[in-house]
Amino acid sequence: MQDEQLTIGGHVFASRLFTGTGKFAAKDWIPRMLEASESGMITVALRRIDSHGKNENILDFIPKDVVLLPNTSGARTAEEAVRIARIAREAGCGNFIKIEVITDMKYLMPDNYETLRATKVLAGEGFAVLPYVLPDLTLAKKLEEAGAAAIMPLGAPIGTNRGLETKSLIALLIENCRVPVVVDAGIGRPSHAAEAMEMGADAVLVNTAIATAEDPALMGRAFSLAVKAGRLAYMARMAEESALAQASSPLTGFLD
Amino acid sequence: MEIEVRINGTEQWLKECTIEELIAARELAAASLVVEYNGRIVKQAEWNKVRLGQGDVLELLNFVGGG
Amino acid sequence: MSVYSEIERYHDFDFRSFFAGVSKARVEAVLAKEKLSEHDFLVLLSPAASGCLEQMAHRAHRLTGQYFGHTIQLFIPLYISNFCSNECVYCGFHRGNTISRKKLSLAEIEEEARAIAATGMRHILLLTGEAPGVTPIAYLEEVIRLLKRYFSSVSIEIFPLDVEEYKRLRLAGADGLTLYQEVYDEDRYRLVHKAGRKTDYRYRLDAPERGARAGLRMVNVGPLLGLGEIRSEVFFCGLHAKYLENTFLQTEIGLSLPRMNPAEGNYQPEFEADDRSFVQFITALRCFLPRAGITVSTREKASFRDKLIRLGATRFSAGSCTGVGGYGEGQPEGTPQFEITDERSVDEVVQAIRNAGYQPVYKDWDMI
Repeated sequence: MQDEQLTIGGHVFASRLFTGTGKFAAKDWIPRMLEASESGMITVALRRIDSHGKNENILDFIPKDVVLLPNTSGARTAEEAVRIARIAREAGCGNFIKIEVITDMKYLMPDNYETLRATKVLAGEGFAVLPYVLPDLTLAKKLEEAGAAAIMPLGAPIGTNRGLETKSLIALLIENCRVPVVVDAGIGRPSHAAEAMEMGADAVLVNTAIATAEDPALMGRAFSLAVKAGRLAYMARMAEESALAQASSPLTGFLD
Repeated sequence: MEIEVRINGTEQWLKECTIEELIAARELAAASLVVEYNGRIVKQAEWNKVRLGQGDVLELLNFVGGG
Repeated sequence: MSVYSEIERYHDFDFRSFFAGVSKARVEAVLAKEKLSEHDFLVLLSPAASGCLEQMAHRAHRLTGQYFGHTIQLFIPLYISNFCSNECVYCGFHRGNTISRKKLSLAEIEEEARAIAATGMRHILLLTGEAPGVTPIAYLEEVIRLLKRYFSSVSIEIFPLDVEEYKRLRLAGADGLTLYQEVYDEDRYRLVHKAGRKTDYRYRLDAPERGARAGLRMVNVGPLLGLGEIRSEVFFCGLHAKYLENTFLQTEIGLSLPRMNPAEGNYQPEFEADDRSFVQFITALRCFLPRAGITVSTREKASFRDKLIRLGATRFSAGSCTGVGGYGEGQPEGTPQFEITDERSVDEVVQAIRNAGYQPVYKDWDMI
C-alpha cells in the first residue's frame, strides 16, 4: 500500500519527522543531527542580538534543502506573533511560520485564543501557518477555517518529555481535521513518536528529546526510524480496515 | 550631531550615521543580522542608504536556536 | 467446588424479562468495554444485540486473530462403538433404536487409523456410545495407545468417567476431552434423558472438571442447541467454559455449539437457533471468552462453516463419518449418530480455509 505524500504549505516532505534547533549543547550537532534524522523541516527562533556576545547565525548550521520553520516564541499576543512572522519572512526565511504564543510562564501552555487570531491574519497574508496549540477540536476547526496549513497539538507541556498525555484529544483531531496534524512538544522517546504516528498523526515535531541527548545524531536517527515504523503500522492498520470495509457488512452480510 | 535612537528596546545616544556605519562601528556580524528599521526590514544591500534620525526605532535581530 | 454453583445462581433468573429490557444503547455500551462481565455476555446474547451483529463480528474477528492467529485447527472423529445404554430422545444411538450395533476391534481400528492418517489428519477424536461393559477402560487404553502411533493428538468424546479413569486414559496418550452437557437446564435435561447412566445430571456436568483435574490438556464443553431454551443454554455454556478457564489455568478450554440435526428416531427439537442467531452466539462467546477454542463440526453446512472461519471458529472437523468406522475399506456400520451436512473431503475443507485467507493446521503439537 502506497503512502500518500505529506504536503504542508505546498511543500512535499519526504520525512514525517520535524526537528528543532533549540537547546543544543553545541550548534555543530545540528547538521549532523539533520543528516542522521533526514528531517526536512526545522524550527528556528528570532531574537534580538546579544550585543556583547558572539552572534552565531543558526542558519549557517542548516543545509539549504531543509525547510526553515521560524517560530514566534517570545510573542505574548497575536500582534507580536504577526510581527515576528513578518520579520522572519522579510529576512528571507521563507513563508512557513510556527505560531507559538505563550503567556503562561509556568507550564509554557500555548494561548489558543491569541494563536487563532494570529493565524487569521498571517494565513491571509499568504503564510504557511502551523499553529502550536493545546488540542481542542473546536479550535482546530476554526484554525482550519482560518487557513492554517496544519495543526500542531501538544502531546505534553514543552520540555516535559512525558509523551502523549493528551492522546485522546489528539485522536479527535486526527479523526476530524482535514489539514495535517503534527504532534509537537512532549515527545520524549522514540516510542512516543511511534505511538503518535501509529495513531494516525501526519508528522511529529521533536526538539528537546533530540537536542539534549548525549548524541543528538544517534537520537535523531532513532526518532527517524520510530516515525517510519509508526507510520508503517498505521498504514498496515488502514489496509486491514479497508479490506474489511469493502462491503457494508463484510463479515455478516451473508446472513441477509 | 547626536541623536537619540531606540535600539533593541533601549534609548541610546549616538552620532548620526547610516545603518551600515552603525553595524560596522559595533563590529556586528553582518551576515546573520536582521535589521528592522521603524517597523520594516531593511535588507543588507540597503543599509548604506538608510540614515538614522532622531526618534528612530531599530531592532537588530538574528535567528537563533529555538523549538 | 463445581460449576453447578455458578449455574444454580441463575435458577430463578428471569431471562425473558432481562432480554426484553436490553436496549441497543446497552448493547453498544457493552461493546465499548474491553473486558466483559457475565451480564455483558448476556446482553450480547439478547435479541437486541442482533442489531449490532456486524460490530460484534468485527470484534470477534479481531480477538480471534489476536489470540489464535489466522488458523483453523483440523481434527477428525472416529466412532469405535455405537452400543449405548442410554435413552436420549434426540440421539441416533438411543438404546431403543433398532440400528445395527457395532464395536470395532483393534485390527479394524488400525485399518481406520491408516486410512485417516493418509488424509493428512493428525488430530483424532475418539467417540463411543455409553456402554462401559462393551468399551471398558482397558479397551479404551489400548485403542488410545494404538491411535497414538498414527496421530499426534488423541481426544476422547465418550461417557463421563472418574478422575482416576481419566488419568489412566491420559497416561495411555489421550490429551483432550470433549463432553457436551447437551442441556444445562435440569428440568429439560430430565425430559430428554429418559434412562441410563446419563440421567445423572451432576455426574456429567462435573466430568469436564474431572478431566482437567486428571491432567488432560484440552477440555471442550457445549450444549446441544435445540434441547433447551437457546439463549440461556448458550449463556450457561459460556459460564461453564469461564469457570473451567478460571479454575484450571493450565488447561485449554474450548466450546462448541452443535445444532440439532435430523437423526434416527426423528426427534423434532423444541427450540431452534437460526443462522443469524448462531453467528450472534459464536461472536458473543468470542467476545466474552477471547481465549476459548471454538469448534464447528460437520453438522453445519459447508458454506456456512466457511463464513464462520472469520467469525471466531478455531477448530473444524473435516472428512467426517459419524457411523462406526467408515474410513477404511468397509462401509460405516449402523446409523450415524447425526447427519453430516458438510460432506467435503479433508482436502476440500483445507482449500476452503485457505481461500478464506487462513492457515489449516493439521498438527498443533507432538507429545514427546
